[in-house]
Amino acid sequence: MKKVKFAVALGAAFIVLILLQMLLVPKYMLHSQEGALIGEYYDNAGSNDVIFIGDCEVYENFSPITLWEKYGITSYIRGSAQQTIWQSYYLLEETLRYETPKVVVFNVLSMKYDTPESTGSQSRREAYNRMTLDTMRWSSSKWNAIRASMTQEEKEKEALLTYIFPILRYHDRWSRLTREDLTYWFGRDTVSHNGYLMQAGIKPFQAAFQEPPLADYSFGENSWNYLEKMRCLCEKRGVQLVLIKAPSLSPVWWEQWDAQIEEYAKQHNLLYINMLDHQREIGLDWTTDTYDAGLHLNVYGAEKASAWLGKLLADKCHVPDRRDDETLAAAWSEKAARYYEQKRRLENEKN
Amino acid sequence: MDKLMGILLELNPDIDYEKETALIDAGLLDSFDIVTLVSEIDDVFGVEIPAQALTPENFNSAKALYGLIRRLQEC
Amino acid sequence: MSFISYSFLLFAAILLVIYYSIPARGQWLLLLGASYCFYAQSGIENLVFILLTTASTYIAARLIYRAQAACDRKTAKRRSRIWLWLCLGIHFGLLALCKVRFTFQNVLLPMGISFYMFQSMGYVLDVYRGSIHPERNPFKLALFVSYFPQLVQGPISKYQELAPQLLGQRCYNGKQVSFGLQRMLWGYFKKLVIADRIAVAVLALKGPEHTGLAFLVLSCFYAIQIYGDFTGGIDIAIGLSEALGITLPENFVRPFFSKNIAEYWRRWHITLGRWMKEYVFYSVSVSAPMRRLSKSARKKWPKFGKRLPVYAATFATWFCTGIWHGITPNFLLWGMLNGLVIVISEELTPLYQKFHSRFPWKSKPWYGALEMLRMFLLMNLIRIVDLFPNVGECFRRLGTVFTPASVPFLELGLGVVDYGILICGCAVMLCVSILQEKKGSVRQLLWQRAGLRYAVVLGLLLAVLLMGSYGIGYDAGNFIYNQF
Repeated sequence: MKKVKFAVALGAAFIVLILLQMLLVPKYMLHSQEGALIGEYYDNAGSNDVIFIGDCEVYENFSPITLWEKYGITSYIRGSAQQTIWQSYYLLEETLRYETPKVVVFNVLSMKYDTPESTGSQSRREAYNRMTLDTMRWSSSKWNAIRASMTQEEKEKEALLTYIFPILRYHDRWSRLTREDLTYWFGRDTVSHNGYLMQAGIKPFQAAFQEPPLADYSFGENSWNYLEKMRCLCEKRGVQLVLIKAPSLSPVWWEQWDAQIEEYAKQHNLLYINMLDHQREIGLDWTTDTYDAGLHLNVYGAEKASAWLGKLLADKCHVPDRRDDETLAAAWSEKAARYYEQKRRLENEKN
Repeated sequence: MDKLMGILLELNPDIDYEKETALIDAGLLDSFDIVTLVSEIDDVFGVEIPAQALTPENFNSAKALYGLIRRLQEC
Repeated sequence: MSFISYSFLLFAAILLVIYYSIPARGQWLLLLGASYCFYAQSGIENLVFILLTTASTYIAARLIYRAQAACDRKTAKRRSRIWLWLCLGIHFGLLALCKVRFTFQNVLLPMGISFYMFQSMGYVLDVYRGSIHPERNPFKLALFVSYFPQLVQGPISKYQELAPQLLGQRCYNGKQVSFGLQRMLWGYFKKLVIADRIAVAVLALKGPEHTGLAFLVLSCFYAIQIYGDFTGGIDIAIGLSEALGITLPENFVRPFFSKNIAEYWRRWHITLGRWMKEYVFYSVSVSAPMRRLSKSARKKWPKFGKRLPVYAATFATWFCTGIWHGITPNFLLWGMLNGLVIVISEELTPLYQKFHSRFPWKSKPWYGALEMLRMFLLMNLIRIVDLFPNVGECFRRLGTVFTPASVPFLELGLGVVDYGILICGCAVMLCVSILQEKKGSVRQLLWQRAGLRYAVVLGLLLAVLLMGSYGIGYDAGNFIYNQF
């Protein structure tokens, strides 16, 4: 009898804790939607010929719907906010467990961050870590990604455990809960379009951003290591790795950085495209195609950038046109419908 | 024994020293009282009580304390 | 490894499982191994320090014991005394050196050194006094010196009470383990929910702009912080030990219910007070020079002369207690103030007695409450000294107490929710203390009511989990007493 009572109490405590945890974790449905991106992949895995990995410059600047509609390319963006190169690597490793795409496109901006400490504000870094890692499914890739990503404070406070039990991280959110948390307590919506987060606002680019020159332009050893690991992994799995620099004007992509990537690509026979050099061909108009004055493209800019890149992927990398496949076509037309519906809604809100 | 009772009663006349067996454990005598007691005993009996003898067992009752004094007088 | 780290909880859990599944005669060796793991995990140089202390304690005790066995009593006494003083000199010298380096060069103290040094020296002194026989097995002594739950902040145990338990054999007792874990949980509640939350405001109030009333608020907040912090840490230590089947001495008996400072010090940090009383206070007060002083003083002032050695010993004790906390002027002053207040209240006893015979309020509950409040405020003022290393600064602030100034409660880093939690938390602590005072152990009261017990434990667990100041974004650090 005593044991039964104890077991019941233990079970009840367990259920309470699970429910609490589900309530307390941030939902990223209405605010900071980029936190929801990584977790949305798993329902869309398996049939993508192109995988994008990288930071906001991939999930804001490229639209898989455009790639599909114009070239029949199936793609998914595994992007997340300020995604560092070690996170990109482990996300790639994870993705390759689910599928083997033809091409992996990596945005090289994150080469500039050699360590979690070098990314600036550590509390923001920690928040970005959570956004990228919390919704990853459990595997050795996630484990290693966490270990590579933790900030000094996270290491000191043994945050590894808080990734296993997120309630330990968000334990004090009970005083800041909003309606969003109640609405999405037991289930989430999809916020992205195959990893693309749509923005329809317009805030023209005005003056060139002034960034002070650096004392040293060489990329760090850690960054190079992960780029190399990424390249080897792709080679082993027979996936073509394409390096790009997405067309965002800020932060500055220094010439010296460009030269180093150029050199690396040449050495390993990789395709490297600095899209900043092709702005005219892409047809970017910085008075209408950005929603935050040049940091990221809005949906109009993203469609242009995707159209340009898609042609290149089809021509140079021979990514096949899948529009003949009926099941795929049906699935993608559903995705497209959602895409245009949101686009319309955002445009209506704007006016 | 009577001399000892005299000293004890002077410290605190409200305690029944004949019966009480937990003078220390019950907190009836504090460390101030004990030190005073030691110097009084020195005066009256000419016995120096060493620091290691200052234990609850020796001071919990008048009887135990008297036993201690007798032991020290013998050696 | 701090008590408030996940790895400590994991460590404790693994230890408990292994502890009760191996043959009981191996338990003490497991504890020794665990203690060294605990130590090494916080820095290998810590381990070196405690190993050296263990070795020297072992050797000193054996030497003293052997010297005492000499046939000639005088030689025996002389020799053992030489060994004793050599041992005390080396150990306390080393401790002092560590403290000096900590104060002036910011070199961290080896973890828990003040605690295990005192415990070891207590053992040596007891051997010298003949109260105990020295341990023959160095490993057994090593466990007594380094038993990990009590290492970082006490309580300071005596060999007689701890060693037999450590070396004994224990089988699993569900109630005991449950009680131990419950007590740990209560400790975490006090530390994480209360002490570490109010710590933010204490730190802010130390800023130079806060004067006047804010100074009084600071003293009260600090009282709450240090109570939660220190008693919470001790609860975790005693609780874990209880779960291991080993009873550690209590270090606190609801000190804020004391009616005067002398009583307060019998109920707060009891084991340090006990050490000081047994080895400093009594030794000084019955030492030969004191006896001589007392004799000559009594000739001049018969009444006062009798009390003189007691007072001298009191100050010596408080001097030592002060430097135990740190070799800085503020801790010395803190010690002296405590001694002074105790001596003054002793001197005023006749006055109090007159007062009480005129006004028979002593048995009235409201008078008792008033006495507690008086003790609380007085103790707060004395305690403020250890908040400010700069004694002058402390007095300057004290001078402003009566200048009008508002206290910006919401600008101290705490929000309305935090104050709500603090008020509720303190109310819970108060209720528990009253319950303990009136009915004894709360855990015992709950033991017969399983349903209620589960609810209380789950509630407490949720409170710690949800309201604890831990994790990312919280600065709250280690236990205050870990630095001694």
